Amino acid sequence: MLGWELPPHNSGGLGVACYHMSKALALKGASIDFILPYTAQHPGTDFMRVHCAIDVHPSERFHLGSYDHEGAYERDLDDVAPGDVKSMRGVQKHYVRYVEKMVRSGNLQPDVIHAHDWLTMEAGMRAKELTGAPLVVHVHATEFDRSGERYGNPVVHEIEQQALQMADRIIAVSNITKAIIVERYGIPAEYVEVVHNAIDVDDFTAYEYDSRDYRYFESLRSEGYTIVATITRFTVQKGLTHFMRAAARACEKYDRFVFLFAGDGEQRDELIRMAAELGIADKVYFTGFVRGKQWRDIYTVADVFVMSSVSEPFGLTALEAAHHDSALIISRQSGVGEVLKNIFRYDFWDTDTLADQLVAIALSPSLAASLRKGVRDEYAKLSWNDVAQKCLRVYDKAPLTQGVLA
Amino acid sequence: MRPYSVFEIGHQSHYFLLQNDTNLNNEKIFHKVATKSYRPMLGMIEKLLAQQPEFRLSLSISGVFIDQAELWGNDLIETLQRIVSTGRVEIVTETYYHSLAFFYSRREFEAQVALHRDKIYQLFGVSPTAFRNTELAYNNDLAQWAEAAGYQTILAEGWDPVLAGRTPNTVYRPEGTESIKLLLKNYRLSDDIAFRFSNRGWTEWPLTATKFTDWLDHATNEGPLVNLFMDFETFGEHQWADTDIFGFFEKFVNGWLARDDRTFYTVTQASREIEAQDTVSMPHVVTWADAERDLSAWMGNSLQQEALRHLYAVEHDVMRSGDNDLIRDWRYLQSSDHSYYMATKWLDDGAVHSYFSPYESPYDAFLYYMNAIRDVRWRVMKHNRLGGIDG
Repeated sequence: MLGWELPPHNSGGLGVACYHMSKALALKGASIDFILPYTAQHPGTDFMRVHCAIDVHPSERFHLGSYDHEGAYERDLDDVAPGDVKSMRGVQKHYVRYVEKMVRSGNLQPDVIHAHDWLTMEAGMRAKELTGAPLVVHVHATEFDRSGERYGNPVVHEIEQQALQMADRIIAVSNITKAIIVERYGIPAEYVEVVHNAIDVDDFTAYEYDSRDYRYFESLRSEGYTIVATITRFTVQKGLTHFMRAAARACEKYDRFVFLFAGDGEQRDELIRMAAELGIADKVYFTGFVRGKQWRDIYTVADVFVMSSVSEPFGLTALEAAHHDSALIISRQSGVGEVLKNIFRYDFWDTDTLADQLVAIALSPSLAASLRKGVRDEYAKLSWNDVAQKCLRVYDKAPLTQGVLA
Repeated sequence: MRPYSVFEIGHQSHYFLLQNDTNLNNEKIFHKVATKSYRPMLGMIEKLLAQQPEFRLSLSISGVFIDQAELWGNDLIETLQRIVSTGRVEIVTETYYHSLAFFYSRREFEAQVALHRDKIYQLFGVSPTAFRNTELAYNNDLAQWAEAAGYQTILAEGWDPVLAGRTPNTVYRPEGTESIKLLLKNYRLSDDIAFRFSNRGWTEWPLTATKFTDWLDHATNEGPLVNLFMDFETFGEHQWADTDIFGFFEKFVNGWLARDDRTFYTVTQASREIEAQDTVSMPHVVTWADAERDLSAWMGNSLQQEALRHLYAVEHDVMRSGDNDLIRDWRYLQSSDHSYYMATKWLDDGAVHSYFSPYESPYDAFLYYMNAIRDVRWRVMKHNRLGGIDG
């Protein structure tokens, strides 16, 4: 398993998904070598062998938002300076070299190579070349998703194109992602299986909501305010400028709203400016980057969780919000919406519809309650066990081909 | 109704008309169903009436249908007028707006029944003697109301727990009434046509007219009649023409009348000719819907309850406005389909069912509907200088 991160050193959903998928696969008897591009302790991973490819602590790596694709300039890893272990391409170069060394030495003799996203695709291709083992590429996000409405980094596009063609089998986390793989990378649909992510409720059982964290919001809530939250990276992919405009539209019809923008990223200043220009700065709160207890408590304090992504292959945070009793509004461009029925959906650009949905929930207690209860009843049916089962089926099919376009 | 946004409240009050290519375009749907079902089936009925003097039937036609036919299919009204003039097609009264008003406002319910009677008299020159409520929603109170209103016949579902071993194939007297007769739907034989006819997984498929006639013969051993009640759209829309549903119906009618000891009744005629065999009591509402046979498809969840509560809460103010457009729009909002589309009870079962909705989700249906009610409130406020979007 070629992964990029594992909890607690994850910067997003990729690490969480890889952890649970590996655990469920191991429970089904899979023997897993999980290779990481940094060195750290990972409690609760004794069901597999975790290999740390590079002697760098995750905190020393590149900035937050570690799926960072914009700093990747060198197409050829040979062009990366040998001593560079901190830039994206530098880390990838060392990661590939480590995987090469492992397979050449015979320490790693995989039956199947499972690589996650462009970050580890080069290592996956190299491992396939050296071992002849089938390569399964698991696509959690493509460069088109990460770039929002822009084109994205051509170097990353090229790596993805090559790996998708060389893969024996491709797993996409949603139909949305599958459509991108088929339409924009030209891969025949029969090579791409959709395996939606799941959520592990055990992650949350030991947790108790601490109302002190968001005391001010609790008091607003008790005064009848509706707390609308989003928890995400502030990048174009997440569609937050559209969300902000919708928030302003909603406030035209109903003024007891609070909008909680939790997270950080390149668009933060732009969003702050927008809130002011739209005249709703007093209703919009920026929490900065949150993790741990404060992060979970945002889900609890929120009445409504909005996922406004322009292109979201899956969107695990929506399931976390469902677990914490929020009503969900999810853009049609977010894959998680494919597995939930008790939600509102809208097109990410359709600010009037999002505003309409926000007002409807704020004005109708029964609507808010039905959405919350409905989604709480259905999200728990999604299990990592099913995800693992589907992955195993994909592995079984993988050796039948010699690369998608071979 | 069409997607009606919160930003339209107070600006435009057209909730229903939408000119596009979606299933929310009522005109498009009407033309589709008229072509697939209303026109061919009415043609078949007219032909059979001409060929078979003993062929009779009853039709229940809502005001909502008539309004749309007057806009988009006047030939259908003309055909109906011709077949009613044979004297062998009975029109049954119902609420004009296909509503569940009986359970919310007796005054509004009676107003809608009166509107329907007036419209039927105006178009067909007849005064109905039989009553059926929307979705066959029935209880003892309804029967007692119908008797007091002068009806001779009322219709309901022949639901087994109510019948407790008795046959649906006869005439009953509703609990607490003196003269009105109750006819109960034989849902097994009705649904053999309405639901199962084209189901290839059904052990009895294909259902032939001969086979169905045998079953009816068998059923009439239990009692003097069999009540086959079904959606008109069974013919051509639920069961498409290529299933030969029209051919089946023609063969069945002709085959049934091939023997002199068999005939067809209208519902009022049946209740006149056959004595009530026993009293049937339904203190709780029984409908013809779902395995539960209750109102849960329309009033089962909190969205539906809230929507209907708000809808009927404005009754007095809407009526007081004297604004006929407002009153008409408010009444269209009472059509039971609106709350049906808000049902969530099928979302979780994961099973494939025949539930139809033109909306992406029941939550969307609720949202548009509540916005329309808020606009109704706004219009009321303009008239009466009170209220607001929250109250």
